[in-house]
This record gives sequence, C-alpha cells and structure tokens, in this order.
Amino acid sequence: MSHRHFGSLHAPNAEMAIKNARDVYTRRNEGVSIWVVQANDIAASSPSDKGPLYEPAEDKVYRHPSFYKIPDDIGAM
Amino acid sequence: MTVSTDALFQCLLRLGDNTLILGQRLGEWCGHAPALEEDIALANTALDLMGQTRHWLTLAGEVEGKGRSEDDLAMLRDVWDFRNVLLVEQPIRDYGHTLMRQFLFDHYHLLMLRGLSESADSRLGDIAAKSVKEVTYHAERSAELIIALGDGTEESHMRMQDALDRLFPFAGELFETDAIDEDLAQHGIAPLPSSLRPAFEAQLDIVLAEATLSKPTDSFAHKGGRTGFRHTEHLGHLLASMQWLQRAYPGAQW
Repeated sequence: MSHRHFGSLHAPNAEMAIKNARDVYTRRNEGVSIWVVQANDIAASSPSDKGPLYEPAEDKVYRHPSFYKIPDDIGAM
Repeated sequence: MTVSTDALFQCLLRLGDNTLILGQRLGEWCGHAPALEEDIALANTALDLMGQTRHWLTLAGEVEGKGRSEDDLAMLRDVWDFRNVLLVEQPIRDYGHTLMRQFLFDHYHLLMLRGLSESADSRLGDIAAKSVKEVTYHAERSAELIIALGDGTEESHMRMQDALDRLFPFAGELFETDAIDEDLAQHGIAPLPSSLRPAFEAQLDIVLAEATLSKPTDSFAHKGGRTGFRHTEHLGHLLASMQWLQRAYPGAQW
C-alpha cells in the first residue's frame, strides 16, 4: 500500500503519535493506514541544494523510456 | 410480557443524557485544550458522543410516543428531567480532571455498550453495535493518557491523583441498579449495571497500577442523577449555556 506524507504533530511516544495522527488527519476518511516516524529519524535533503541535486536531471530526456523508439518488429511491449 | 414503555424510555434517556451532557462538557475544551492534538482528539470524542446521543434520544422520543424529537428532548427539558449520572455533569476543571472523568466513563461505557449490542431489542442493539467501535477507541486513548500522566512528572502525578480522589466517588452511580434496570435485564434489553462492575474494577486496577495511582478505598458514592432524584448544581449551568438559544428564540433553526 502506498503511503504519503500527510503532516506533522506532537506526541509523547509512537502509540500516541498514531492516535493523534488518526484524530488530526483521518477525520474525513482520508486514510486506512498510518505510519509515524520521529522527526529526528528523518534524514532530508536541504532545499538550498535543490539546484545541484535535481536540475541536472532536467535535460536528460533519454532517461525516460518514452525517449526510445521501439522497432516495429518488436511489436507491442 | 414485554418491558414497560416507561422503563424503556427511562433507559434510553439514561443512555442519551449521559452522552449528551458529556459531549457538551468536552465541547467546552474546543479551542482551549493544552495542545492542538488534544484539542482535535477531544472534539472528535465529543462529536462521537453527540452522534450517539442523536440515536438514543430519537429512539427515546419514538418509544415515548408523544411526538418529541431528539432536539425537543435535548433542548426543552429542565434539570429535573435529565437522567444522566452525576459524573458526566461535573465541571471540566483542569485537563487532568477532564481526562480522569473520561477514563472512568469510557470504561463503563464500553462494557455497557457491549452488553447492549446483544439486546433483545434490535433497535438498541444496532445503536450500541455502531457506538462500540467509537468507544473502544475512546477507552484506549483515555487509558493511555492516564498512564502517561499518572506515571509522568511529579506535577502530573499529583494532578491525576487529585482528579481520581475527587471523581472516584462519582463512579459508583454508574453501577447503581434499580427496579427499572431489573425490568430491562429480565427482558434481555440491557445488562444490569451492577453486573458490569467486576470487569470495570479489574480494568481500572490494571490501568491505575501502571499509572502509579492509588484507587480510593472509601466506597461512598454520590448518586441521584440517573434516577433524577437530585442533580448537582453544575447541570443547571451547563443547560443554561447549551439551551439558551432555543429558550430565547423558540423554534429557531439554522
């Protein structure tokens, strides 16, 4: 099941964090499963490094499979 | 022989008034709780209780057969006609008191609803079965908080013990059993409140031990709410703020 980041909250421990997340973020049926992670345990890239980290990928269209023409005799893939 | 209409009506008022008054009390924290997460969690619990109230009081009105709606019963009765236990009308005081009251009520509530979900009257059974899911969560949450705060700092421990000492004498009324309860139990409508006490005490002992809190040994119990004999002065104040709009502008809708 794919999970995505939904928000941040305070809690004294993991169990209460799950309960708080349930109360704060699933009130309108948004979810059926919750993962919580302590902020300390998240290693994150720095927003100021955005340029060197992500811009080099912008002009490398050949990394998308759609860049390549499939020879006719291969047929449907 | 079927159960008397009046016994069934009283039973539904007792259920619906408990959730109505406690829901209203919890609503007092909305926007004021000590942390955002607590604020939202308590408001969620209050809304669960209000939802249950609507089912109980709607059914109470139907059973009574005088054309009273859930709103009529909630907004147009005065203190002496309410059948909630004294515990739920007590003021919120500090957060420790609010949580301790919630913990005591949740564990009683869960046992009562489990019993009611087996009711011979499927109308009660269906409401109880739906409510059990909500209250299972309430009970888990309040127990965890009692443990966290009881076994927390010196200050939080002191406040939780203080709340327990003050509120425990109100727990006895939850298990008070009168002729109406006997009538209901005989017909398989609702469990005898007194039959729920051993399981309640067992659960209480487990949680309080983990929370390093001492249960008061005095068995004195404040009573009079669920029979309507005598409410505490707090209920009138609560009703004044809850009902004033319908009293000042009768029939107002929005």
